[in-house]
Amino acid sequence: MHPTNRSSRILQPVKLWFVYLSLFVALGLEYIPTGRTPGLPDCVALVLAFWCVREPLAIGMGAGFAFGLLMDVGLGAAMGQHALAYVVLAYLANALARRVLWFPAWQQALHVLPLLLLAQAIMVLVRLLAGAEFPGWSYFLSSLGSALLWAPLSFLLLLPQYQPDERDDNRPI
Amino acid sequence: MSLVGHQPPPIFRRGPAPLARLFVFVALCLVLLVADLRFRYLEVLRNALSVVTYPLQMAASTPADVVRNATRYFGTLVDVQLENADLRRLQLDAGERLLRFEQLEQENLHLRELLQMSERVQTKSIAADILYNAPDPFARKVILDRGTQQGVEAGLAVVDANGVIGQVTRVHPVQSEVTLLTDRNQSIPVSVVRNGVRGVLYGVGRGMLEMRHVLAEVDIQPGDRLVTSGLDGIFVPGLPVATVTRVDRDQDAFARIECEPLAAIERSVQVLVIGRAAYPPPPPPPEPAGER
Repeated sequence: MHPTNRSSRILQPVKLWFVYLSLFVALGLEYIPTGRTPGLPDCVALVLAFWCVREPLAIGMGAGFAFGLLMDVGLGAAMGQHALAYVVLAYLANALARRVLWFPAWQQALHVLPLLLLAQAIMVLVRLLAGAEFPGWSYFLSSLGSALLWAPLSFLLLLPQYQPDERDDNRPI
Repeated sequence: MSLVGHQPPPIFRRGPAPLARLFVFVALCLVLLVADLRFRYLEVLRNALSVVTYPLQMAASTPADVVRNATRYFGTLVDVQLENADLRRLQLDAGERLLRFEQLEQENLHLRELLQMSERVQTKSIAADILYNAPDPFARKVILDRGTQQGVEAGLAVVDANGVIGQVTRVHPVQSEVTLLTDRNQSIPVSVVRNGVRGVLYGVGRGMLEMRHVLAEVDIQPGDRLVTSGLDGIFVPGLPVATVTRVDRDQDAFARIECEPLAAIERSVQVLVIGRAAYPPPPPPPEPAGER
């Protein structure tokens, strides 16, 4: 059962190093050269949105800005393009944090999808203003791919928090 | 007891309001964007940050290398034999042309000596493979497997067997980034082979090129071949670039000239990076106005 605010499942507190490790792993995944395949998820945006929803006190716009800049450098995009999109994404995800966790996983994904689309729209807008070519509507498929990954990713990223210190069948952890 | 100056206990202290922080970050991003896209100030910051990203990038490119090598390994024998036969034929063809070329070059040198003209530009060239398309979906760029360690510099022309495909725009130690001619921000000075008319060729997206800054009455016809003019002092003159496909003169003072690249810009794999061995001296400063 997915741990939402409604469920009785109690999690271990999150470890900050694990949050940053997962962000760096996502960054590494984004750096894998895949050419122009449409629909591939933006892992960094997804993981960032996840932690901004889960831990709004620990992670937010600062991390979005830093990892956005690393994306810009690694992908050879305009400096500040991903940073701008991720800052807005982190702000909105933080604002949604209190609401989203009352819903089951697929409805959480529906909540996050517009945020991811907005982040992509910001990037398109920035680059079009700078005189680049429109990459085609298939560019936005990436957000759909990300939203589909929301449920498996939540399970994966919460896995360390599922592990109890000592196992006890009568306790909900 | 007055509450003025009373600080909340530290567990409730959350720094500036989220909206204020959002505005600060957005303003910072906009400054970065303008500084980078408009003024190109941020190459230093880019290089500094690439210290962090470079190891990750190298690690991430390993799976792609494995896949590429595997496809090469499992390519069927028949394919290789066919390709080999093709290459032999091309080799014969090229060998014969090369013989004539050497003779012509000697003759050219001799004639230039007689006319006391300076030598033609010396060139250097580096063979390279295109690794993959650059991940930025908004630009048409590719990544080469040669970098500063092999002598690649920013600004060099990149050609395939048929003509120019682009220009090196950013160099890393063992890789470099090439902006293709079809990118909207790329331009190349060209001249028409038939009559030497000069112009500048711009990418317009969709794989097409457009020659601009040519007056409507200038003699250009569909089918004309365009080569680099070398007037920029960067490109080697005489590299084939494109053919004119359509000329539209009824707009205004300038003709609208659509061109098609000669090289397989989005499909070539093996390329040559070509540059001048020595750059020409900078142009003299313009004469001060008012003196006649």
